[in-house]
Amino acid sequence: MKAKGWRELPPGSVVLEGGSAVKFKTGSWRAYRPIWIEENCIQCLFCWIYCPDMAIKVKEGKREEFDYDYCKGCGICALECPGKKGKKAIEMVEEGK
Amino acid sequence: MAKVVAVTGNEACANALRQVNPDVCGIYPITPQTDMMQRFASFIADGKVDTESILVESEHSSMSACIGAAAAGGRVITATSSQGLALMWEMLHIASGDRLPIVMPVVNRALSAPLNIHGDHSDAMGARDTGWIQLWSENGQEAYDNTIQAFRIAEHMDIRLPIMVCLDGFIISHSIERLEYLEDQQVKDFVGPFKNFLPLLDLAKPKSYGPLILTDLYHEYKRAQHEIMTKVKDVVLDVAKDFEKMSGRKYDIFESYRLEDADIAIVILNSAAGTTKDVIDQFREKGIKAGLLKPRLFRPFPYTEIADALKHTRAVCVMDRADSFGGYGPLFMEVSSALYQADTKPLMINKIYGLGGRDYLPSHAAQVLTELNEIAKSGSVKTVKEYLGARE
Repeated sequence: MKAKGWRELPPGSVVLEGGSAVKFKTGSWRAYRPIWIEENCIQCLFCWIYCPDMAIKVKEGKREEFDYDYCKGCGICALECPGKKGKKAIEMVEEGK
Repeated sequence: MAKVVAVTGNEACANALRQVNPDVCGIYPITPQTDMMQRFASFIADGKVDTESILVESEHSSMSACIGAAAAGGRVITATSSQGLALMWEMLHIASGDRLPIVMPVVNRALSAPLNIHGDHSDAMGARDTGWIQLWSENGQEAYDNTIQAFRIAEHMDIRLPIMVCLDGFIISHSIERLEYLEDQQVKDFVGPFKNFLPLLDLAKPKSYGPLILTDLYHEYKRAQHEIMTKVKDVVLDVAKDFEKMSGRKYDIFESYRLEDADIAIVILNSAAGTTKDVIDQFREKGIKAGLLKPRLFRPFPYTEIADALKHTRAVCVMDRADSFGGYGPLFMEVSSALYQADTKPLMINKIYGLGGRDYLPSHAAQVLTELNEIAKSGSVKTVKEYLGARE
């Protein structure tokens, strides 16, 4: 794709569409990777609510595997996860280990 | 019918803002601007305007609130001085980069340290490179008229840039002068209803302000921003023409006073221009062809027009009420840059005067004109930059 010239740019660098974050994959920023432990998951969807990006895939009201293309590894989901009987359904593991 | 009043510069600007009736106003006090926003807050409290005030904890927050409100789609104002403008600095760049037409009177005051509350131009000169349009005002009438015109300039669909209206702290902001107010309805008709441009609150067309733009496009965005500034001058002149039709008061991008046939000239901003004009009259009576140029539009700077107005003179003194320590005064740098491109050019000197509200007296203007006359005769400059009237 040809790069845009200065005359073609939207004024004030305003992004003229909604949901454009889908075009920008932030997964490579991640230092810690969240791991979903399905047996401890009560499907409360707190992780989906709290995720600041779109890294929790939900299908028919139930969460599925992480979408690592959009997970920056912030760890908010792991912090908020209530788990089951004291066992978290999300754990953060250092990348590369 | 114009209403003749005796008011301060702050009161005049507050009344201009009342007549425009903006949607949102960020308010934070700082001397010598405080009195302007206090008066405007009274207009809000008394139901004279429908403006929503946002009382904030700093000028950084005030400008941030203005940016949010302007991006949302409102007509937005605030006002500040000195340290307040300095604290806004990073947000000023965001307001211009986002193309938000915020209108902000700046009551010029010195910067710390040492702490000083009086009039000089250090604050607005420090905001020279922030991408804001700057209009400068000699007196209360010009501050009032510039504030009204500022809305039309900033909100013009080809421009959409923030604008500062500069007036001298205390000398103008707190001195009572004779002034002509326009009728409320005249001002309303002149500025017209606010037209939106890419408002965030247009929910049917979702959008985002302030994206991350890296090496691939940032350079192009800045090139585009420069292009907008090249269009400002014509808009300022068009708006001035309409304003003259309504008020009878004529404005240009700068004022020339007895300059057409002048041998020597002073270039000076704001209130000190008035004092200088009187002394120029005295020198003219003595047969010395002296003149004055007072810039009104400082950003964007009209290089070609100012060079054309000065290139026939033999000696020019550019007077700065601000210093760029280790450099020449900021106005001198602009005027000498302008004249470098001209085919003929005068000899030039730079005087730093009136810092921290130090009085600028007719004797100072006379001293400068006498020196210019000697330079014009001898054809040589001894010292380019000097402080005027600093005690040894």
